[in-house]
Amino acid sequence: MHRTGELYGQFKTLDQQKETASLGMWIFLVTEVMFFGGIMMAYTLNRHVYFHAFAMGSNTLSLQLGGFNTVVLLASSFTMAMAVWSAQTGKKKLITIFLSLTILLGFVFFGVKYVEYAQKFHHHLIPGKNFNIFFCRDNPSKCDDLSAKDLEEENKELEEASAADPDLNAHAQLYYSAYFGMTGLHALHMVIGAGLLFWLLRESVAGRFTPQWNTPVDLVGLYWHFVDIVWIYLFPLLYLIDRHKN
Amino acid sequence: MSEQHEHIVSPKTYGVIIVTLLCLTAGTVGAAYINLGRFNIVVALAIATLKATLVVLYFMHAKYSPKRTQLVIIAGVFWLAILLFMTMSDYATRVDYRGVHYPMSQRIVAVLSRWG
Repeated sequence: MHRTGELYGQFKTLDQQKETASLGMWIFLVTEVMFFGGIMMAYTLNRHVYFHAFAMGSNTLSLQLGGFNTVVLLASSFTMAMAVWSAQTGKKKLITIFLSLTILLGFVFFGVKYVEYAQKFHHHLIPGKNFNIFFCRDNPSKCDDLSAKDLEEENKELEEASAADPDLNAHAQLYYSAYFGMTGLHALHMVIGAGLLFWLLRESVAGRFTPQWNTPVDLVGLYWHFVDIVWIYLFPLLYLIDRHKN
Repeated sequence: MSEQHEHIVSPKTYGVIIVTLLCLTAGTVGAAYINLGRFNIVVALAIATLKATLVVLYFMHAKYSPKRTQLVIIAGVFWLAILLFMTMSDYATRVDYRGVHYPMSQRIVAVLSRWG
């Protein structure tokens, strides 16, 4: 396998070889843009038609956890960019350190996502047979992780939303399908990214990346930043639909 | 071995960009708590697009990439715009076989009829 940075026969210079690899990565990322773009289009239409249910669903998400995860992911993009810089300037120890930090921040993101998903599971907000947007109103003792104030606010919103939308439960389920579908696909991309980062980490410990050859760090970096961009859009779309009511 | 022509972005630039991104994140959360009516989503998406642009230009080095790569990026965004624009205009104007407007176009028809 081509790993040490020698020049392939079809290229004139190493620069041209690297530009070609980078161009290929960008074309792949454009297909990813279309993939997430289609999903966001479907989300936008449903949100427009069933606005009350989507606003209600959005307000049950924790803005603290979502905001924290946004900061974590932006920070991981920064450490990834620094790993690329370390590779370009030949600082071999720093590559390993920055790649480790990026992986660590990725796992912090997974941890927070787990807490969020688990709470939705306990509140019967997973789309399916037992989905019930009214669960916490009807069983407040089982939702004791919500403060009395939050619960009261949520009940008030539920009342208003179900007055505006008689089929609130079905439409809220649509919101949660979008939420789990979109954040789940995003998390799947992060799992793949974390796998690639572990591979880069192993190679960097072996000292393979040099200023002359660091294409894998660069390309995985592009992928990681792309996943960050997806979250940059998901955060306002899913968490910030109708916050100003509170 | 030929010499490298690659542009190296400095850690200082990365630092400025990450601080800007964090400020914009705080800004988007703050803006969500202000009631701007239908413009809440416009502001949220405008800030998100600004953040995404900064990530693409600096973290992903698009600003220093060859024109060929920049063309691929712009083409990708353009194709996304086609996807969004064509689908939206379809849903905004669609009428079913009974002559009834779809929910999305109902609202648009209501707004237009208010204007005259």
